[in-house]
Amino acid sequence: MSPGAPRGGRFDTRLEARRRAGVRFMWLCRLAVAFGVASLVVLLVSLAADGLPALSFEFLTSYPSRFPERAGIRSAILGSAWMLALVAVMSFPLGVGAALYLEEYAPTNRFTTLLKTNIANLASVPSIVYGILGLAVFVRFLALERSLLAGAATLSLLVLPIVNIAAREAIRAVPDSLREAAYALGATRWQAIRHHVLPAAMPGILSGTILGLSRAGGETAPLLIIGALTFIAFDPLSPMDPFTALPIQIFNWTTDPRGEFHALAAGAIVVLLGVLLMMNAAAILIRNRFER
Amino acid sequence: MAPEAVLETVGLGVRYGETRVIEDISLTIPTRRVVAFIGPSGCGKSTLLRCFNRMNDLVPTARVTGRVLFRGRDLYAPGVEPADVRRAIGMVFQKPNPFPKSIFENIAFGLRINGFQDDIGDRVEASLRAAALWDEVSHRLDADALGLSAGQQQRLCIARALAVEPEVLLMDEPASALDPIATGRMEDLIGELRGDYTIVIVTHNMQQAARISDDTAFLYMGELVEYKETQRLFTNPEDERTEAYITGRRG
Amino acid sequence: MRKSEPGSASRVGERLIGALLFSSGALSIVATVGIVVVLLTESLGFFAEVSPVEFLAGTRWSPDLVPRSFGILPLVNGTLLVAGGAALIALPVGLATAIYLSEFASIRTKRTVKPALEILAGIPTVVYGYFAVTLVTPVLRTLFPGVGVFNAASAAIVVGIMILPMVSSLSEDALSAVPGSLREAAYGVGATRFEVATRIVVPAGLPGIAASFILAISRAIAETIVVTLAAGATPGMTLDLLQSVQTMTAYIVQVSLGDAPSGSIEYRTLFAVGLLLFLITLALNLLSQRMTTRFRESFR
Repeated sequence: MSPGAPRGGRFDTRLEARRRAGVRFMWLCRLAVAFGVASLVVLLVSLAADGLPALSFEFLTSYPSRFPERAGIRSAILGSAWMLALVAVMSFPLGVGAALYLEEYAPTNRFTTLLKTNIANLASVPSIVYGILGLAVFVRFLALERSLLAGAATLSLLVLPIVNIAAREAIRAVPDSLREAAYALGATRWQAIRHHVLPAAMPGILSGTILGLSRAGGETAPLLIIGALTFIAFDPLSPMDPFTALPIQIFNWTTDPRGEFHALAAGAIVVLLGVLLMMNAAAILIRNRFER
Repeated sequence: MAPEAVLETVGLGVRYGETRVIEDISLTIPTRRVVAFIGPSGCGKSTLLRCFNRMNDLVPTARVTGRVLFRGRDLYAPGVEPADVRRAIGMVFQKPNPFPKSIFENIAFGLRINGFQDDIGDRVEASLRAAALWDEVSHRLDADALGLSAGQQQRLCIARALAVEPEVLLMDEPASALDPIATGRMEDLIGELRGDYTIVIVTHNMQQAARISDDTAFLYMGELVEYKETQRLFTNPEDERTEAYITGRRG
Repeated sequence: MRKSEPGSASRVGERLIGALLFSSGALSIVATVGIVVVLLTESLGFFAEVSPVEFLAGTRWSPDLVPRSFGILPLVNGTLLVAGGAALIALPVGLATAIYLSEFASIRTKRTVKPALEILAGIPTVVYGYFAVTLVTPVLRTLFPGVGVFNAASAAIVVGIMILPMVSSLSEDALSAVPGSLREAAYGVGATRFEVATRIVVPAGLPGIAASFILAISRAIAETIVVTLAAGATPGMTLDLLQSVQTMTAYIVQVSLGDAPSGSIEYRTLFAVGLLLFLITLALNLLSQRMTTRFRESFR
């Protein structure tokens, strides 16, 4: 027989009180959730109220101006478009190349581990530090001045770890059987990658790149640091031209004590958020469409 | 089956979403006996076990129909607090799942939340003794429970269940993650607890059912096929599906 | 007809491609070294003129007004004041949100709340800055008549909202990683859902939750635009959230807007402050990573 089952203790289970405590706690949590959701709603509603009236054809096609009724975001839109294109051209091949190296070529050794940790750490370096790097290296040392190229190079460094990490995930998700099938047919490593691994990983790589670009499109601090807060009333025509961009223009108008300019900032924000939301939606769509 | 019933199901059915897992099961669990549920995997034996302490409530898509009576009281009646049910009907799971806390705290947890009024230290010792674990851990009650061997962890889980004085102990394949030696100790322990508790045990191991249980129920595709004294079920199955299963023709 | 040699040509190509891919991988090392070298060399120039002790322990920051003084503590104070205020909002609210999403919410609620938080996380900081200046500050000024146009509270509130999604999503990941078997064990001895959540799941997920907290604080410390727009440019040792303060990041912006010539002490302060900021955030990020790794290992 057993050494005596534990019995005869006194319990005061207070079930009703415990149940009530649980309900109170759940409402507290609901309040927290409501705070986050309400913040988003307030933000979007107030932006729509301030910004939508500012939107007009003139607003989109005019240069900035000292007079709020004449000011527009033409040069900012063009600058942002240039910027995104240049960042894409620089960060996509480099980010994907590094991802291919790490996932398909790199031996498992200390150096590879170092590379991976290093990239993870770069992803969390404050964007303002990238701005300082860009200022010292691209603007001053390489004498690119406050050009689109200097800004794009700075933002590319910032976006590279994001593109790289997304691309590595996508490449890792490609089943080994696909590679083995290619090797079995006598393909070289690069042929296997070029014809089998990359196409299979492309949706994931693309969606990660677009997410990285949307991050770059909203960045303000690095561009401020490299000195992009200037009055630009012409179209940038080459990567060496000085520029403004939507976030810079928004920052500029927000610092203006005159309320009229705040409405312009809100208008520019509506445009910026619209573009970024579309990019994010595209990224999600690509991923959902092609994966599984 | 004459003895007093602790648990009784009447027309019990469970669905997960659109899938029927068990259907129209009516059986009684007599008091202070060891009852084994056997059957091929997917036959619904674990699902049936989990109806006895309302563990199926945790699966959002689960729907329970019919009645489950504990000492005549419907466990699924409105106003019944699942926490109350689960204290009276304890459970031991397939894989040992001690909390990432000390050995002492693993057992004290249930006592604290249930407002235990007597000395917690005494009760922890009594529970560990009842689960045949005291001699191995008495000198290191503050050690992390995850440092115990799998067999010790599973006995700790039994001690944890016993501490809050359940009347019934539900065991869901409690030895499936254990090596043969630990399994043997587990079966010995169940033998020791026999008579003090009503034990309902799910097992995929027929020899185990034959060794430790008084009564055995055979389930097949969500249906209760045959339920009687273990000895008789194994020596003299009435249903051909039972016979096919216990003779190994269908697994 | 000449016999083609598939081997040699493609072998050269293969090696070239391998080398190219390797160099794009090595670029990350170049970037890291670049950051460190740039911050260090200019900072060394700075520390040739200002002693590190004065820099790290001085309580007056006045880089351009004579008598000049380069004690960074007022900037650190401003940074910590805003980050602390933001943490006061984001950590409890974020954790409560995470607990709700992981332990209480229906699938339907999750499907609406999580995308909303993701949108919040994707909004650029300049938009949050606009929000602080045009909405939060005016509200604060109506509520508390003494509040100035620039104040730490507005920045702290908005930075808090900004880092909230980070806390909630990473903490929810930590809570979801707690094995369901532990929840079952707790329910099995008669715990209520509330007790399972607060006494088993949250303690088990604590290292992961702490990692999310640290990462969020690091992000708040690095935040630049909101604090520049809302908190102002008044370095000081105040703990009053209703006052204007200057953070390290806002100072860096101020210098770079001022067009300081290369080699001047003012230009170099930018790097010295940047170096300190980099080191603080790096330390916090490494700490957070270490806790995440330990957390993952604990549930093997």
